[in-house]
Amino acid sequence: MQYLDFEKGVAELEGKARELRALARDDAQMDISEEVERLEGKSSALLQDLYGKLTPWQKCQIARHPERPHAQDYIGALFDDMTPLAGDRGFSEDHAVIGGLARFRNEPVMVIGQEKGADTQSRLHRNFGMARPEGYRKAIRLMDMADRFNLPVVTFVDTPGAYPGKGAEERGQSEAIARATEKCLEIGVPIVTAIIGEGGSGGAVALATANRLAMLEHSVYSVISPEGCASILWKSADRAQDAAAALRLTAQDLKQLEVIEEVVPEPVGGAQRDPKAAITAVGDAVARHLAELRAMSRDEVRKDRREKFLQIGRVRLS
Amino acid sequence: MNWINNLSLPKINDFFQRREMPENLWRKCENCEQMIFHRELKQNLYVCPHCEHHMRISPTERLESLYDFGAYTVVDVPDPVADPLNFRDEKRYTDRLRDARRTTNEKEAVVVAHGRIGDVDTVSAVQNFGFMGGSMGMAVGDSLLKAAETAVERKSPLLVFSAAGGARMQEGILSLMQMPRSTIAVQMVREAGLPYITIITHPTTGGVTASYAMLGDIQIAEPNALICFAGPRVIEQTIREKLPEGFQRSEYLLEHGMLDMVTPRTRLRAELVKILRMLMQLPMLPAGQLPEPGSLVRDDEPEMSEVEAAEQPDGSAVKSSDPQS
Ligand SMILES: [Zn+2]
Repeated sequence: MQYLDFEKGVAELEGKARELRALARDDAQMDISEEVERLEGKSSALLQDLYGKLTPWQKCQIARHPERPHAQDYIGALFDDMTPLAGDRGFSEDHAVIGGLARFRNEPVMVIGQEKGADTQSRLHRNFGMARPEGYRKAIRLMDMADRFNLPVVTFVDTPGAYPGKGAEERGQSEAIARATEKCLEIGVPIVTAIIGEGGSGGAVALATANRLAMLEHSVYSVISPEGCASILWKSADRAQDAAAALRLTAQDLKQLEVIEEVVPEPVGGAQRDPKAAITAVGDAVARHLAELRAMSRDEVRKDRREKFLQIGRVRLS
Repeated sequence: MNWINNLSLPKINDFFQRREMPENLWRKCENCEQMIFHRELKQNLYVCPHCEHHMRISPTERLESLYDFGAYTVVDVPDPVADPLNFRDEKRYTDRLRDARRTTNEKEAVVVAHGRIGDVDTVSAVQNFGFMGGSMGMAVGDSLLKAAETAVERKSPLLVFSAAGGARMQEGILSLMQMPRSTIAVQMVREAGLPYITIITHPTTGGVTASYAMLGDIQIAEPNALICFAGPRVIEQTIREKLPEGFQRSEYLLEHGMLDMVTPRTRLRAELVKILRMLMQLPMLPAGQLPEPGSLVRDDEPEMSEVEAAEQPDGSAVKSSDPQS
């Protein structure tokens, strides 16, 4: 387990418990169960306490936790017959965006996700989940196909943002994102999005302009990273904590602002501590929203999505 | 540029030290550093007559220079919820807004208007970089939606002049939500079978580029405008290399297939009239029938001749210093 800065206390307690258990393995006479139990009780109480009062900045760190389940984990666990489809048919395949035909609780759907990668090699391969124009154009292609074959679209959003690279700009990063957002609004099949980690700005919007948005409890969705915001408005990236708070980027705030429909609870200590539970909870939420949308006609689906975005902005946070 | 610049510039500087001219009479081009008589600059729509550098033009002046006889009607856009996040950095968002309103004399970063351009009823939305960097918040999205609704009601084409440093960070996620919201505006116009033309001006960046600016039926950019998703500094920090000359400028985007044309501001109106009339299935205007646009020069502005000849900063350097012009 990789501990975050604010989890130091938990790390110490869990470390002690681990040490004790290691000692006991070498010495059969030693009775440690009581002490281990005490330490574990203490650490889980501390974890519960910490996770009950997370600051927005701490949530950003959790959202970026490398051991948090990523799109591929969700797709692997929740979908059957996953058939990956590749390429934008124009320039290349973008490994930051995965997608394909799959069955979700028996029904065929089109699933698209931003994948950050799980180790150094796969992170490089996935470009840390930062898509280039080809990734968005591939998503457009898959959404178009979903529309033609009447398949609902499920997307998993987890990206620091679209890739700020030379080639990406030259090949029309802006245009690709704009067209993907447009495609989301255009298709007559439902889109349900789960934000499972970081929803980074326009790079996220392109796959999150959905009928229903569910967000994991400690995920974030923001117009700019707290670091970026801090360096512009506070003229110092060190003020990222303040920026994170001011931006109101937590799932709870976004629910209140009516930008998302549902906050999906995470296990105590975050999705990274119990990926299976988090994945199941997200799956249930997606299934619920899809079921609600299933009865709608194509026109109603489009209208529902459009109305939702037109209505946004009427709420003021206290 | 040419010999006369080198000769005349010091003289101009002398002149300014000697006698303080009213600031609005002359302006120094930030690109070629030549002095330009303000009236002439306005006549040239804030394009430097020496180097073609496009300076900022206010939404009002933009509209005056486009609409026939300078006549247009501003479309009122209802105010969105003010400061929805109760945002504060070093300064309160409400204070920043108040300052922007005071300095620009505008309510928000987009002005919506309708009127006739080349005798075609046309709706325009003009983004104002001078208003908090033209940043896209609720008001910008609402303005684009209002502009689209107006275009659909009037069965008129929609022109959008983009200019933005990016998102209105002080509105957080609501700023981001203007990407889909403004895209809905574009779709409304498209569904009505009406032309949607974007005129991309310096600078157009971030979520604005990645939404309505790049969704035009026709995309026109002013020369040398910075047009990008990620800004050059961010890219240089990411890839750790210097970017090529002209990267992310209009001409570069044109070469990379992202624009239909790069058109100087002084030729824009003629270009738009031609396009609008064709897309709206209207006949060509007979020669000499194109209504005049409005003039940016007000009657009370001094003529060049009113500046005493003796005190002119080497008049030759002002009007016709460049033998090519
Ligand atoms: Zn100049």
